[in-house]
Amino acid sequence: MIEARNVTKRFGEFVALEDVSVQVASGSLTALLGPSGSGKSTLLRVIAGLERPDAGAVFISGKEATALAPQKRGVGFVFQHYAPFKHMTVWANVAFGLTIRRRPRQEIRARVDQLLELVQLQGLGKRYPAQLSGGQRQRMALARALAVEPEVLLLDEPFGALDARVRKELRAWLRRLHDEVHVTTVFVTHDQEEAMDVADQIVLMNSGRVEQVGAPRELYEAPANEFVMTFVGPVSSLGGEYIRPHDVELLLEPGEGTAVGTVRRVVHLGFEVRVELQLDDDGELWAQVTREDCERLGLAAGVRTHVRPRRERVLAGV
Amino acid sequence: MIARSGLRLVAFAYVGLLLLAPVGLVFYRTFEHGLEPVRQVVSSPDFLHALKLTLELALIAVPLNTVFGVLCALAVVRHRLPGVGIVNALVDLPLALSPIVVGFSLVLLYGPGGWLHGLPIQVLFAFPSMLLATIFVSLPFVVREVVPVLREIGTDQEEAAATLGASAFTTFRRVTLPAIRWAVAYGVVLTTARAIGEYGALAVVSGSIAGRTQTLTTYVDQSYQEFQTVNAYTASVMLATLAMLTLLVMSVLRPKEETR
Repeated sequence: MIEARNVTKRFGEFVALEDVSVQVASGSLTALLGPSGSGKSTLLRVIAGLERPDAGAVFISGKEATALAPQKRGVGFVFQHYAPFKHMTVWANVAFGLTIRRRPRQEIRARVDQLLELVQLQGLGKRYPAQLSGGQRQRMALARALAVEPEVLLLDEPFGALDARVRKELRAWLRRLHDEVHVTTVFVTHDQEEAMDVADQIVLMNSGRVEQVGAPRELYEAPANEFVMTFVGPVSSLGGEYIRPHDVELLLEPGEGTAVGTVRRVVHLGFEVRVELQLDDDGELWAQVTREDCERLGLAAGVRTHVRPRRERVLAGV
Repeated sequence: MIARSGLRLVAFAYVGLLLLAPVGLVFYRTFEHGLEPVRQVVSSPDFLHALKLTLELALIAVPLNTVFGVLCALAVVRHRLPGVGIVNALVDLPLALSPIVVGFSLVLLYGPGGWLHGLPIQVLFAFPSMLLATIFVSLPFVVREVVPVLREIGTDQEEAAATLGASAFTTFRRVTLPAIRWAVAYGVVLTTARAIGEYGALAVVSGSIAGRTQTLTTYVDQSYQEFQTVNAYTASVMLATLAMLTLLVMSVLRPKEETR
């Protein structure tokens, strides 16, 4: 288990973390999610010991680690740009943690071969990092971090520098890897879809504070506040309140609590249909409906329609 | 096309007239009357002593400045210690300051009435002051070569090594040093060239006593003043050969660095 307790970190005037407390269960896969500048990477670096917090404490596996050097924390860290040792082969990169611990040669060889197979880089051991693709370099960095059998694996924007297709593949692969290796894993991302896709638990951060911690579904269905609501999942606004576009109910006849408006545009996105509306007295709105509903209601540009929220309150705390 | 070949001609003429002609002429004059006069100079005790002294000074000054240069570059780039900014600015001083001023300030410091006058060992007109002068003038090169490379490689690799369990020293030896090794090598070559070629500061502090405190450069000067032209030419050729050797080392290093 990892715990950050009331951690504060400033860089000059800038407050990167303000009284942040987070718990990460053993064996879980947690995402630190937030916009840039929200403090998520700083929190990760504080956990790794690469930054010393100005106040607060860090515990790793029940032991206080706040003043411990990164070498002694038993963490594996995968850097955003992978930080490969450029002058070493892939094999030597992965072996680094074991070599400096002076493990027997036989053991190192067996372990490195095993790891290269795990990250699907078998046969590339003699290459240099510059001769690998982005995705391969990323997996090499992961193997290097796993070689020393860390209690905790920390990944800083692990998919940030990759193209969209490779990113999706690696996401699924990381999820599978985590299910195989079971090391407590925390990764930083600014992409809510990525966090929802991969993580068991999401810590949503904003301006150096934690906004909400929970399972992906909890954040989506019961956001604690407007920030969480708008950051996780699509939003539209109706009657001065945020609403999920699929919670906008469209009716042909006026009903209880409906507002009236005109359809401006209908966009077919496969199964879903995106309907853009201009309300007569409440500005613009967009709704997400199924193709069937769209046909049943005969929605098209210029059609008059009535709208109301499907359920009343969305924000959990309000 | 014409503009291009014209440009090339200008470049050749410039380098040829300003560099190759004078150096070539020194070589020509040296071997004008065959090898015998050169052989006599080369086997004379004063010449051999001057050569030995030049190499000894370089052999001590270069490793010292290499170690200091790497440490100083690390201090400037990696550790924002108070006062390091001043060190960083002062490192360039030997490049800006005329060597004769360096020599003169050493004389003021260690000479009669100076703050450090009367030490138990003889500093001025002896090896210690010559070593100080050589270290002083050849100090900036390793720092200046290493600092930008350290900045460029960033801290990622070093932090990665730390999270993998490497101590500060292990990280330096296995990660940082290999990453800066060509910059260090460049710096060493430049430092060596500067240390071997130093004249101005040595002329002031050494007294240029033949067979005792004379280096190759001051040997050239004194021989020339005393119309022993063959001696001056031969020592010049020796200095030029040493310089070309260092340039050769540099050009061997350069392609490796570029294909890295």
